[in-house]
Amino acid sequence: MPAPLDTTEKITQYAHPDRLVSTDWLAEHLGQQGIVVVESDEDVLLYETGHIPGAVKIDWHTDLNDPDTRDYIDGKEFAQLLGSKGIGRDTTLVVYGDKNNWWAAYAAWVFTLFGHEDVRLLDGGRGKWIAEGRETTTDVPAPDTVEYPVVERDDVTIRAFKEDVLAHVGNGPLVDIRSPQEFTGERLHIPDYPEEGVLRGGHIPTARNVPWATAVAEDGTYKSREQLEAIYQEGGLGLASDDEVVTYCRIGERSSHTWFALTYLLGFDKVRNYDGSWTEWGNAVRVPIAKGTEPGEAPASLA
Amino acid sequence: MSTTTDPSGDPVAELPASLAEIRDEFLAVPERERLQLLLEFANELPDLPERYASAPGMLERVEECQSPVRAFAEVDGESVVHFYATAPAEAPTTRGFASILAQGVSGLTAQQVLDIPDEFPLQIGLTRAISPLRLNGMSGMLTRAKRQIREQLATHP
Repeated sequence: MPAPLDTTEKITQYAHPDRLVSTDWLAEHLGQQGIVVVESDEDVLLYETGHIPGAVKIDWHTDLNDPDTRDYIDGKEFAQLLGSKGIGRDTTLVVYGDKNNWWAAYAAWVFTLFGHEDVRLLDGGRGKWIAEGRETTTDVPAPDTVEYPVVERDDVTIRAFKEDVLAHVGNGPLVDIRSPQEFTGERLHIPDYPEEGVLRGGHIPTARNVPWATAVAEDGTYKSREQLEAIYQEGGLGLASDDEVVTYCRIGERSSHTWFALTYLLGFDKVRNYDGSWTEWGNAVRVPIAKGTEPGEAPASLA
Repeated sequence: MSTTTDPSGDPVAELPASLAEIRDEFLAVPERERLQLLLEFANELPDLPERYASAPGMLERVEECQSPVRAFAEVDGESVVHFYATAPAEAPTTRGFASILAQGVSGLTAQQVLDIPDEFPLQIGLTRAISPLRLNGMSGMLTRAKRQIREQLATHP
């Protein structure tokens, strides 16, 4: 049975209020049967320094990525991973992490590829929980292994591959959520981040730039529905909730954060995240890019 | 420092004893426990000496690291290297990398540091536990430390 919803006014305004919980809600429901809290961070050691009591750790890189192929783990490995964390198919997952939930949103997106039904984000993530002086612990839970079914990953509904994006250019909106400097091509990577070896700077032709942080309030929570609508819909980017949208960034983590906002907070039902993102597109052979602040035209070769 | 040969026949510089000890410490524990060891290093990162603490701008920002880290390798009058770094508590991995270098590099001669193999970060058994991408951060620190040392040797030979 799914855990009760957070009925805070801000959250009930969203299109899918069953996808986000506040820190108050989590504090109140912590330890309840049927809820597992998952921490997913950029810093692989952060969980070990202290985490929300009872939370298990799932690392995007060492747990969710396949070590050999640039892809995610398969259904069997996913079943093993979640089962080993005490997560069943009907468990309510509350995911949180550092960096305004980038990696938490990314984990939530991967869980959704496998069709896990009840995945919620902790609004404001690790930063807000800590800032509020709430309890943390270094005790690592040792959950009993649970049977999790082997489910085939759905790579169609919310995931886009390079070929999908090539077909999409000129036919639907593309949202590039990287920094303006990455978008124009002035920079090849996020300021102060590791250089991942991209050959060219710029963006996918026709993409428009709405940096991920635009969706975030000062305390790291998502902005209200009204504010998000003004950014992405009428008066802003002009997207309609039935548009087929593709989001991308550098490796797909920041764009998961925007995928989540468009899909669950605004109710778009056809948003795909292109996880190959700029580290694939910027290096791929015979793939066109655009430079500068303008989205650019769809190249004739793609028409 | 002596030189040996790796299986491919290329000469490989041996690690200074301080770094070899750290490497062996990591390799001696099972992969899963290496994270815990890295956390211990993170907790041991010494505070900056007063002259840097009051002027953090003297330390150079390491762009390869995912979190704001500043580091500086200083060569003293005896040509001995001192490595200083600072990184926030919410970046324990970066603090761990910095602490490994602070403990492993400080006290070596400038030439010994310049001779540290660039692939040292890949030799301490963290590639799978941490991921190669994250280890770029330590490579970035090491590369910068060497450059800073070369610059100082050029100015004050």
